[in-house]
Amino acid sequence: MTRVRASLIAAARGLYLAVATLAGSITLFVLSVVSIALIVIGVGVFTTPTLLTGVRKWADLRRAQAGAWSGVQIPTPYRPFPPDLRRGITGLVERNSLMLKDPATWRDLQWLLVDMTAGCVTVIFAPALPLYMLYGYVLALGVWEPIYDAGGGEWYGFIHVTSQSDANMAALLGTALGVVGLFANPSLVRGHFLLARTLLAPTTSMRERELARRVDRLTETRHDAVDSSAAELRRIERDLHDGAQARLVAMGMDLGTIEAMIEKNPAKAKEMIAKARQNSGEALTELRDLVRGIHPPVLAERGLGDAVKALALRLPVETDADVELFGRAEEPVESAAYFAVSEALTNTIKHAGADRVWVDIHHTDGMLRIAVTDNGKGGASIGAGSGLSGIERRLGTFDGVLAVSSPAGGPTMVTMEIPCELS
Amino acid sequence: MRVVLAEDLFLLRDGLVRMLEAFDFEIAAAVETGPELTKALAELEPDVAVVDVRLPPSHTDEGLQCALAARKARPGLPVLVLSQHVEQLYARELLADGNGGVGYLLKDRVFDADQFIDAVRRVAAGGTAMDPQVIQQLLSRRSADQPLGKLTPREREVLELMAQGRSNAAIAAELVVTERAIAKHTSNIFGKLDLSVSDDDNRRVLAVLAYLDQGR
Repeated sequence: MTRVRASLIAAARGLYLAVATLAGSITLFVLSVVSIALIVIGVGVFTTPTLLTGVRKWADLRRAQAGAWSGVQIPTPYRPFPPDLRRGITGLVERNSLMLKDPATWRDLQWLLVDMTAGCVTVIFAPALPLYMLYGYVLALGVWEPIYDAGGGEWYGFIHVTSQSDANMAALLGTALGVVGLFANPSLVRGHFLLARTLLAPTTSMRERELARRVDRLTETRHDAVDSSAAELRRIERDLHDGAQARLVAMGMDLGTIEAMIEKNPAKAKEMIAKARQNSGEALTELRDLVRGIHPPVLAERGLGDAVKALALRLPVETDADVELFGRAEEPVESAAYFAVSEALTNTIKHAGADRVWVDIHHTDGMLRIAVTDNGKGGASIGAGSGLSGIERRLGTFDGVLAVSSPAGGPTMVTMEIPCELS
Repeated sequence: MRVVLAEDLFLLRDGLVRMLEAFDFEIAAAVETGPELTKALAELEPDVAVVDVRLPPSHTDEGLQCALAARKARPGLPVLVLSQHVEQLYARELLADGNGGVGYLLKDRVFDADQFIDAVRRVAAGGTAMDPQVIQQLLSRRSADQPLGKLTPREREVLELMAQGRSNAAIAAELVVTERAIAKHTSNIFGKLDLSVSDDDNRRVLAVLAYLDQGR
């Protein structure tokens, strides 16, 4: 029964794919080719990026279906766009040339060609087999006769149907084909996706290039991580040295003096005890602030969501924290995310002149997504020395990315994404 | 007065036991982990519990969670929570049931024995004791469109002290005015915060709660 079900589902998918390959792939191919040809006279520059993006979406849809329907994993081969892509017409021209230089684009176009021909043929059999079986039965039930009488000697497969016994043979053949479909349908759909994979998946040289890029990126982020952790340790050392440590020394000295004068001058000793206690209190406050800077206690106790909420409560500007997390990320990720949010908020308060800030944190599709939005004056950018580039480095270690949208006049929206799983 | 004490650091636990005993408290139990605390709170029925937020075995906010659970089982169970750091977030959770009898103080406050013991007694009597730092965090931002924006500066001052858990008499002494003036201020505060006439102690807690809710 499950086999029948699987076969029928495959038949339906096959029908859908056959129609889709014909309608979608042909249209996209024709339009793309025309558009690319029109680049020569300039018009194509405006249409090509849009069309090619459409082609990529179309191919991505097929990649997703391959994974979901037949378990055929097809990785995406496209080169990423550089983050500093310009807006407007220059950006469009830039995108156009970047897309045309990407070999994946040309392979996509080849795939459209293959898809509308061989791709369509492989998959058309899936719905055809059960339908043809039904047609065989229809013939055997007597429909062969009027067709024959009308002078049309009907061919069913290789059988020329001219009598009831021929029609019965046709039904038998139909059953056989139906049985073949029962077993072959899922494989036919799978075959279609395997064919698509040969052109839609990245080639070895594309993969190598991707790997090389990844190694470059890892080297860079590792440098950043080592640098920033060294700087962090240096800061902690200095804070301890100048802060708590110095206070403890002062306290020790005070206690020594107290010991010396407690009998001679009890009143003075009492005064000094009060001073020592004040020193110990200040040392504790400094240590508390230092600890908060290393790893905030709420983060350890409650995780990212509550830590950000607690942080929002401390800020001088009204801040709404909207957190939707079911589980906790790994500790290093939590910590990086927390400090990224904290730096983004500090930036906002220092520079944006906002009176309202919104923090939104949620987790979808294996990504921790964070948005910090304010109603300030805008104009923020990821430049050298800005707090935002610090955040970018911090997130880079975890393959996280940062995007900033901050038109002059505001509002500013800083979005961050870190790939991670919740547990 | 019987106290259950939960603190995982031996030195601090020992110090607290000695201090509380010196002020005539009876130590019903001095425990070091969350599960032990839950058991002690359920079985010993203390008059007040003094609890560290962070307790083993998880070393997260286990103490706070145990205290909140115990208060759910026995509403109004007086709990004084101690921590190395204070968060408005936690303060709000402690006050959320509106039953009073809660305190939330930095561990540093233990240094001043008189003030600390006063806070324990206040909490045991169903009052509140909020660390001045929680209140300070709140004062760092104010906007006029919220209910508390309607309060005069003097009323805010009174509410701030009320939030720390002081009585009218203590507030009067602090601000160097008569107790009657303070009573007038508090009834103005209750009026502006829309707190109906009911048991005065309960209204004080609700006023503090409104105050803490501001930060949202």
